[in-house]
Amino acid sequence: MSSGRQILTYSITVIIIFVLWYILSLVLGSSLLPDPFIVFLRGFQEIATADFWLHVEASSFRLLAGLSIAFILAVPAGLVLGSNPKLDNLFAPLIYLGYPIPKIVLMPIIFVIFGLGDTGKIVLLTMIVFFQLLITTRDSARKITKEIVLSFESLGGTRWDYYLHVVWPVSLPGVFTSLRIGTGTAVAVLFFIESIATSRGLGAYIIDSWGRADYATMFVGIIALSSIGIVLYEFFDLLERKFSKWKTQQNANTRR
Amino acid sequence: MATYHKFLQVEGLHKSFATENEIKKVLQEVSFEMTFHDSLAIVGPSGCGKTTALLAIAGLLAPTKGTVCFQDRIITAPNRSIALVLQEYGLFPWKTVKANIVLGAKLQKIIFSDRWLEAVKNELDIGGLDDLYPAQLSGGQRQRVALARALLLNPQLLLLDEPFAAIDTVTRERLQNQLLKVFQQRRFSYIIVTHNIEEAVFLGKRIIVLSNGIPSINRIIHNQGMGETDYRNKPEFFDRTKELRTILEEMP
Repeated sequence: MSSGRQILTYSITVIIIFVLWYILSLVLGSSLLPDPFIVFLRGFQEIATADFWLHVEASSFRLLAGLSIAFILAVPAGLVLGSNPKLDNLFAPLIYLGYPIPKIVLMPIIFVIFGLGDTGKIVLLTMIVFFQLLITTRDSARKITKEIVLSFESLGGTRWDYYLHVVWPVSLPGVFTSLRIGTGTAVAVLFFIESIATSRGLGAYIIDSWGRADYATMFVGIIALSSIGIVLYEFFDLLERKFSKWKTQQNANTRR
Repeated sequence: MATYHKFLQVEGLHKSFATENEIKKVLQEVSFEMTFHDSLAIVGPSGCGKTTALLAIAGLLAPTKGTVCFQDRIITAPNRSIALVLQEYGLFPWKTVKANIVLGAKLQKIIFSDRWLEAVKNELDIGGLDDLYPAQLSGGQRQRVALARALLLNPQLLLLDEPFAAIDTVTRERLQNQLLKVFQQRRFSYIIVTHNIEEAVFLGKRIIVLSNGIPSINRIIHNQGMGETDYRNKPEFFDRTKELRTILEEMP
């Protein structure tokens, strides 16, 4: 999809959401659901304050830190496991056990160990995204065919070359997919952990406005948090189109 | 000029695989020799170990017994002077045509000139495809790219595993001609594994017929008349084809 068409799609979507929102606010009454104009007016007031940006900064930092650390830890591990069946078998039970555990229930323990500050939150985010990334990366690395392995070996590459020229590019589309999915999960988790014993972050900002029954401000927070999610999602999509051109082109071909 | 005693010597090659409840013997007592600038076709029914033999020569598969000696050295790992082209081309879908062609040279840190690269591409008619991905090519083009990648390494022995199997007849014959032309212009030897009778007769100066018996080599056909692209129209070609067909039909 060209970026021009994408902007158009986004604009149309936003307009539809606005119209529906406006109608719903008329039905429910503006005390329960403030109409979009009120929210936008409040939004402009809010983004003029330094305080609002501190919340945005705190949330963005936690999200980026969590995703980055998870990426640095999970992707190399996934590449190695996916291309070494022996190692994979060794660690498989650990991953099978670790993945389905809802890491969010470990929140109290993590907060006790790492504290209520940024460290504890980032550790939790990392843990949640880590397993998703690890499993998708490993599974995409497993897809390398015998033909490709033989062909590469006959060309005389080293083990390191193999990771660089084969395992990494094969797994990259999977990595991007899981980063996009991981972004959605991470934003949801972020909201949850920021709503507890925290004064900084968009989660806290939303919960605080909610407590004060200041619905317009609450919606500003919701839109801000969603925007961070959308920006990250689009960023990974852009990276995928740039670095996995062969795959995106292939997809375009099959769609035709 | 040659500093070796024998170009290629395959001796007493055995290969067996352990499956769940038995040991499956794929290759038994396979022995043959090859000189430089020689050609050999290996034919036989499915499961006779054609590809296994090729991979053993390529150094990608350790034989259970026996040795492969290339230029007097026992092959235990891929050798720089031996290039392999696989049936499914073995191209990397995430690399462009150009990146695919130069990959082998890049990995082996072989420096080549742009003129050399252009010459190889021209010989195989794949100029102008540089920035495409393998998925955007036809089967014939893919196979030529795979050949170009192998030839860029300037191999002394080229191993081809059913290289034209998935290609339509007309393109297939054109590629066979191209291979023959390149073979005559450059100096190397090649072994082609095929299940196609005409292809074996057209491309192999000797044709080794493998079977499932002991030893695996059932027959060796000498096919001295080959070497020109018009060989397909000669009576000798029909005789050899008939001979090979009879052998294959009589096989258990």
